Amino acid sequence: MRTLTLSIDGSDVTVPEGATLLEACKKAHVDTPTFCWAENLTPVNVCRICVVEVEGARTLAPACSRKAEAGMKVLTDSERVRHSRKVVLELLGSSVDMSLAKDFAPLRQRYGADPKRLAGETVAQPVKIDNDQFVRDYSKCMLCYKCVEACGTDAQNTFAIAVAGRGFEASIATEHQASLGDSACVFCGNCVGVCPTGALMFKTEFDLREAGKWDESRQTVTDTICPYCGVGCTLTLRVQDNAIVRVTSPSDSSVTGGHLCVKGRFGLGFVGGRKP
Amino acid sequence: MLKAVRRGAKLYVVDPRRTSTCEWADGWLPVEVGSDISLSNGIARVILEEGLQNRAFIARACEGFEAFAQNVEQYPLARVTKETSVDAELIRRVARDYARADRAMICWTLGITEHHNAVDNVFSLINLGLLTGHVGKWGSGLNPLRGQNNVQGGGDSGALPNRLPGFQDVEDDAVRAAFDAKWGRPVPPKKGWHLTDMFHAMERRELTALYVIGENPAQSEADARHCHALLNGLDCLIAQDIVMTKTCEMAHVVLPATASFCEAEGTVTNSERRVQRVRKAVQPPGQARDDIEIISELSRRLGYELGLPSAEAAWDEMRSLSPMHGGMSYRRLEQLGGIQWPCPDESSPGSPFLHGRLWADPVEGPRAPFQVVHQDPPVEALDADFPLRLTTGRRLDSYNTGVQTGGYVSPLRQRETIELSPVDAKMLGVHPGDTVRVSSRRGNVTVEVAIDEHLKPGLTFMTLHAPDQVDVNQLTIDATDPKSGTAEFKAAAIRVEKL
Amino acid sequence: MDLHPINALATDAERAAIDTVLGPPLADTTIPAAEAKARRTFLLPALLGLQTRIGHVSEGGLGYACRRLGVPPAEAFGVASFYALIALGERPAAFAHVCDDIACKAAGADQLCAELEQTQGKPAHLHHRADAPKNLKHQATWAKSPCLGLCEQAPAALVTVARASPVEQSFGHATPQRIAAALKGETVERPTLHLGSHGPRKLLARQGCLDLDAYRAAGGYQALRRALELGPEAVIREVTDARLVGRGGAAFPTGRKWEAVSKAAAHPHYMVCNADESEPGTFKDRVLLENDPFSVIEGMTVAAFATGSTKGYLYLRGEYPLAAQRLERAIGEARAKGLLGTNILSHRFDFDLELRRGGGAYICGEETSLFASIEGYRGEPRSKPPFPVQSGLFQHPTAINNVETLVAALDIVRDGAKAYGTGTKLFCVSGKVRQPGVYEVPLGITLDQLLQLAGGTEQPIKAILMGGAAGTFIGPEQTGMTLSLEGAKQAGTTLGSGVVFVIDETVELTPLLRRIAAFFRDESCGQCVPCRVGTVRQEELLHRLTRGGADRPRELALLKELGQAMRDASICGLGQTASSAIESATRFI
Repeated sequence: MRTLTLSIDGSDVTVPEGATLLEACKKAHVDTPTFCWAENLTPVNVCRICVVEVEGARTLAPACSRKAEAGMKVLTDSERVRHSRKVVLELLGSSVDMSLAKDFAPLRQRYGADPKRLAGETVAQPVKIDNDQFVRDYSKCMLCYKCVEACGTDAQNTFAIAVAGRGFEASIATEHQASLGDSACVFCGNCVGVCPTGALMFKTEFDLREAGKWDESRQTVTDTICPYCGVGCTLTLRVQDNAIVRVTSPSDSSVTGGHLCVKGRFGLGFVGGRKP
Repeated sequence: MLKAVRRGAKLYVVDPRRTSTCEWADGWLPVEVGSDISLSNGIARVILEEGLQNRAFIARACEGFEAFAQNVEQYPLARVTKETSVDAELIRRVARDYARADRAMICWTLGITEHHNAVDNVFSLINLGLLTGHVGKWGSGLNPLRGQNNVQGGGDSGALPNRLPGFQDVEDDAVRAAFDAKWGRPVPPKKGWHLTDMFHAMERRELTALYVIGENPAQSEADARHCHALLNGLDCLIAQDIVMTKTCEMAHVVLPATASFCEAEGTVTNSERRVQRVRKAVQPPGQARDDIEIISELSRRLGYELGLPSAEAAWDEMRSLSPMHGGMSYRRLEQLGGIQWPCPDESSPGSPFLHGRLWADPVEGPRAPFQVVHQDPPVEALDADFPLRLTTGRRLDSYNTGVQTGGYVSPLRQRETIELSPVDAKMLGVHPGDTVRVSSRRGNVTVEVAIDEHLKPGLTFMTLHAPDQVDVNQLTIDATDPKSGTAEFKAAAIRVEKL
Repeated sequence: MDLHPINALATDAERAAIDTVLGPPLADTTIPAAEAKARRTFLLPALLGLQTRIGHVSEGGLGYACRRLGVPPAEAFGVASFYALIALGERPAAFAHVCDDIACKAAGADQLCAELEQTQGKPAHLHHRADAPKNLKHQATWAKSPCLGLCEQAPAALVTVARASPVEQSFGHATPQRIAAALKGETVERPTLHLGSHGPRKLLARQGCLDLDAYRAAGGYQALRRALELGPEAVIREVTDARLVGRGGAAFPTGRKWEAVSKAAAHPHYMVCNADESEPGTFKDRVLLENDPFSVIEGMTVAAFATGSTKGYLYLRGEYPLAAQRLERAIGEARAKGLLGTNILSHRFDFDLELRRGGGAYICGEETSLFASIEGYRGEPRSKPPFPVQSGLFQHPTAINNVETLVAALDIVRDGAKAYGTGTKLFCVSGKVRQPGVYEVPLGITLDQLLQLAGGTEQPIKAILMGGAAGTFIGPEQTGMTLSLEGAKQAGTTLGSGVVFVIDETVELTPLLRRIAAFFRDESCGQCVPCRVGTVRQEELLHRLTRGGADRPRELALLKELGQAMRDASICGLGQTASSAIESATRFI
């Protein structure tokens, strides 16, 4: 394997050819925030929270997708980087409900971001509930494209959803707003699995949250194997009050890469449905 | 597979029906149901004719090639095209692409194995792998895709009539001696019955008591009426299951069990021979008990104290007796995210593929045999009374007889239907949603019509997911493969009448 | 592709509209994935086929296009909803897009729109929401539009009448009467175009040569002959030596671009002409495309020869119907006479090109968005690197050049770099000058000289927008600046696409700035956060600032902070320049 050496915040780091700056940062123990990046999806570099400064470049570069080059000098905590990250956080926080986005609050703190400074129009809208499996609360959608990628070539190859519209009005949609049941959706829930903001949520979880009964302190998380076909997908079962309330799969599982099908994701109702 | 296709791999699909997978393929071979051996032999003949076989591999690692080559000589494309209905050029293309590929793989599911000659079907595919040397190498091989999460593990751990754990021959005295010593009791020296043998034995009243664990034969067996008669004739039927299945309803004793994948500890083995840990995440309902506990208790009452071993203790005992599982401690299974057998000791990383020995110099162990197999059409030929072919299968959101998947509301689920070709629907004068009576020599059902525009005339399709609604196994035939015991679910002769 | 079809059925007219574009359908309607990949590029043409012939894209129409091309309906919907010229709800067949962008606003577009409301009723709001209710029926016959590239004859309108043989016309000096006539399908005369030059005309030398004979008589195809004699390397050397830089706004050296493509290992190479002229205030390429189509075709052919491309695409903005008609005709004639196709001019050189029309999206002028648009995807830009010369259209090495650049290359190749000298450039002078029009001047004259060429101004100048909406405002004290890359840099501004938009004391600046802010908000593709949300926040801040009473220093500081992040962190040039004009104008408000 051929390698190359670049400098990150003044320290040399050697990575394999083809590595991204994000991977190089990781190797240099530099913590780089991401929202739209995931290890099991193709980078789309749209959230821009991971931007870094590459010496000699006119603009900042997205660490998640920019390939490392030999001799590159990268700054990850320069004034420009901190400023852009801060404003990106403020833009997201002022337009999207980021309350369930993991990492958002700590990042706000880290970059001193105050979304209120940029308060204005938001993407708030009613929750879409058109099936018993999962709900779509696009008030929480930061348009990271992850669900589209998981529905498309990165996992399911179903193409039931796409980004539609343009600009601030862009949103994730089926064709002509068809309900998921009328669309190509195969209810694999891989979109739910990759959603970073809780915009896509298990109906079980949504109902518990609505009722004020969602309580992570009373939950256990256990990895096991799907009871259905012979693929052997790892299921991560989140259980509250002896009921399975969310099913995911680890993105680093060699079998699933984090993705499941409708049976493993939503078809475990028989477990709790049995009469004692 | 789609990932590989995106990276440039070629994909050919052999299936009587045009499935989703076909849409991504470089070619679809719409074979006649039950013509697989003709196709395989035809492909082999093209490979030989064009000199594309792997001569070196055949010479070093195989045996029986001459007889095989002579046999496939009888499968010129003219014949094969007639028997399979697949275009000769397409067959030629598949043969060339398969033989010339750097690495190639044949995957199959029940379309190969749910036939009266299932094992011969598999042999015909193995022949292709040997002919081209696409075995025993990374990224190559012959890959039966398992339909259940532990069908592999069941076999691995000895749930076969002729095998002890680790596929060790029960009729081998040395093997048995190890188990006898460990258990302090002699293991019966003769192989037992497989499922089909058991039903035959019930018929002869040689088998009068049956203990069914986690299986629903009352609904999953072919020729359901016949099956019910036999089950009802038993002196004692014990059913151990997690839900009240039809089989449970027929049983004299029902033992409520835990859902092994989330209410108990243990392991399962997936299609790639990967042993994986299942873990307890929820408490079982009511009086349901862990399978190990039930079996231990039963054993105790029958006079043999098993104690109450933990899942890990039971597994460790098996590891001590089954060499291929030797290195798979729970600790390592956790660490490595499962291990593919064989894994003889704790230094072994497991085996991502099998049969690498065939490439060792010199070849380790016995040579791989070619098998002479002949085209043999489905047992039930079509005739004037039953002019349509019924093939059964599955749908994405449902599973087998629907015992588990019946427990969730799937937006994808449709009413059970019989899928007809547009030509047959027109001939019968039926439209989607019409109710028809479907009859075979064994029984009949009423069902709604759906039309699959890609289905070829003469072929019909139903699933076995909703036996309570439409009991498809009233129609299927219990002609079974003598070696595997699998019934010919894929090919029954039926008649459809408009109601 | 395993498509889940749309249940709604297409009407016969919708099927005919799509079949006209795609050819008659084959018997088997299922498209294998590999085949679908190759057909995807025809998605936008198919959708525009529906739009121009039916007047909107219905569920059934979209479904039929998807079946013909093997495109998943959700993706096709994503593409259709991306373009402003494509209507997803039913609306009247005759529809007017009335420009209220900067030049038209300065020429009274708001008044025109107010009058139109009296006669035609309220305008449609062409928002880009994907969740517009299904089966929406619009009654409105018109909508406000971003710049239509007719700034010298402002105010302008584009009127389309959907039918089997569609009528599309754009014209300036728009009045309610002229728009009403166009809506009835009547032909509306265009005012005479004003052209001027400082010194001999080179780029504008063949204006009006609409057929091949006339074009040849004016010296046409001499450059291509010369190029074929020279060979690709020498052609690239001449262009490099002439120091020709891109005239679309980015000013990248053309010779370097061609050289990189010609040396790229992967094949095929593509030659793309960026005729998606959408920068507000820009109309020079329109003048070349409409009145000298063969120059563009010849320029593409020369570039293709130099870069080793056998296939070209001419991506024309959707709002240029006259250019489309004339180019179609010219391409057909060139092909018929063997100037496109195989063995061109009896050399072992094959090249053909396809005209592709945009669907109403400023972002598609960004080169990577333009590729995505041709490929049949949403016009979303990609991160660079990789650059188009390595991985452009269909992920292959691609030379993409602006219209004027390709026409300028003709003179260089024909006469040699030495004779070319510093060359000339086209400027689009609009706003409050006596003679708005396209002016060809040698680089190096002053802005004052250019303004004099355009007849000067009647009132004192308040400000001049240089380079378009993505450029900057300069003050009247800066009119002495030299019109060259260095001169612009010195003056702290940009030549961009050659926009010189002049406002005098009679024009209010605030509405123009608000229009620019609205423009970027509307035209942001929506992909990256800094641009998608930033353009909205910028618009909001500008409204607060211009309403007065707010905490001005704080608002100004915020605007600046926002601009910095948009410049630094946006994916493409749109977001990176969206704050430029507004920031430069804050000193005037």
